[in-house]
Amino acid sequence: MSSVHVSPIKVYVSIFAALMVLSAITVGAAFVNLGSLNPVVALAIAVLKATLVILFFMHVKYSSRLTQITVVLSFFFVAILFAETFMDYATRGMPFLPPMLK
Amino acid sequence: MSNGIAHAEGASPMPGHDHAHAHHPALQHHFSTMSQQREAGVLGMWVFLLTEVLFFGGLFVTYTIYRHWYYEAFAAASKSIAISWGLFNTVVLIGSSLTMALAVRSAQTNQRKATVNWLLATIVLGTVFLGVKGIEYAEKFEHHHVPGTSFQFAHEPAPGEAHEAPAVAEGSSTALGAGGHVATMGPDELQRTTQIFFSLYFTMTGLHALHMIVGIGILIVITWMAHKGRFDSEWHAPVEMTGLYWHFVDIVWIFLFPLLYLVERHN
Repeated sequence: MSSVHVSPIKVYVSIFAALMVLSAITVGAAFVNLGSLNPVVALAIAVLKATLVILFFMHVKYSSRLTQITVVLSFFFVAILFAETFMDYATRGMPFLPPMLK
Repeated sequence: MSNGIAHAEGASPMPGHDHAHAHHPALQHHFSTMSQQREAGVLGMWVFLLTEVLFFGGLFVTYTIYRHWYYEAFAAASKSIAISWGLFNTVVLIGSSLTMALAVRSAQTNQRKATVNWLLATIVLGTVFLGVKGIEYAEKFEHHHVPGTSFQFAHEPAPGEAHEAPAVAEGSSTALGAGGHVATMGPDELQRTTQIFFSLYFTMTGLHALHMIVGIGILIVITWMAHKGRFDSEWHAPVEMTGLYWHFVDIVWIFLFPLLYLVERHN
């Protein structure tokens, strides 16, 4: 009667294997000089790994829409946190700012 | 708690509500069905994790700004951390996420013994992670890489790099991450700014480790509950919620590992 989704063991093992491969790629990529792309690649892999954990280990793929929205919202809030803080730091000392803001 | 009181015959708003079927003893009176109760629990746990994401998010913002300002120091300090322990712990922690997921699955499928065993495996892997973290911290103390009065950091010149870093005036660091930049920081500024990196290193890994210690404490309790046969396929909310928490802690590490250990490993 339970509506809980039970994933096959194979899914968990496959996700674990994928996470291991991605970890190895992260380390490998760090030793290659990609210029300013190094942190981008590292973060892209980390985001991909986190997404796999969230969707399959944390079952968000099979959760209700309300839970899924809450998950997306948490990262949306972090994006706001980053954006607002960077707006401050990135614009400090700009020449066109009125004197009171310098 | 008795569940036989509230639900008068025929008053149930749920069309499929089975009256001949006794309520599950774990069903709280303010929920109509077990799946509704479970759904509310999962949502509540995610709201908690949302606050945790923002809690660590603040540290990641701080990290990003300082890394941008003092990239050279971050690259040098990050290079001084042993990559092998970090990678080992990554494998251990992701492995513990796998055992945790399998523990939840065992609870979902009514396998009591397997639930206990997978939970125990998770506890062991979590403890191994903390043990390795202890070894790493001890190394930092030996090398005087712990922020404070005895902090000492000397730039180790990479092979081929002339060790005559020009002692340019403070605040002249313009290295923004473009590969192959020249060292512009004097030893004093490097000493000062690498300390910022290690402050963030200890704050972030320390809070992460604290979350793991809390997690292991919770795991011990639910392992005992599982051993006592308190869970079945209908109700295993503590196992499921602990799983969500444990995976969240895993995700934090997935970001900490490249940001702290792999700032600049090439050249």
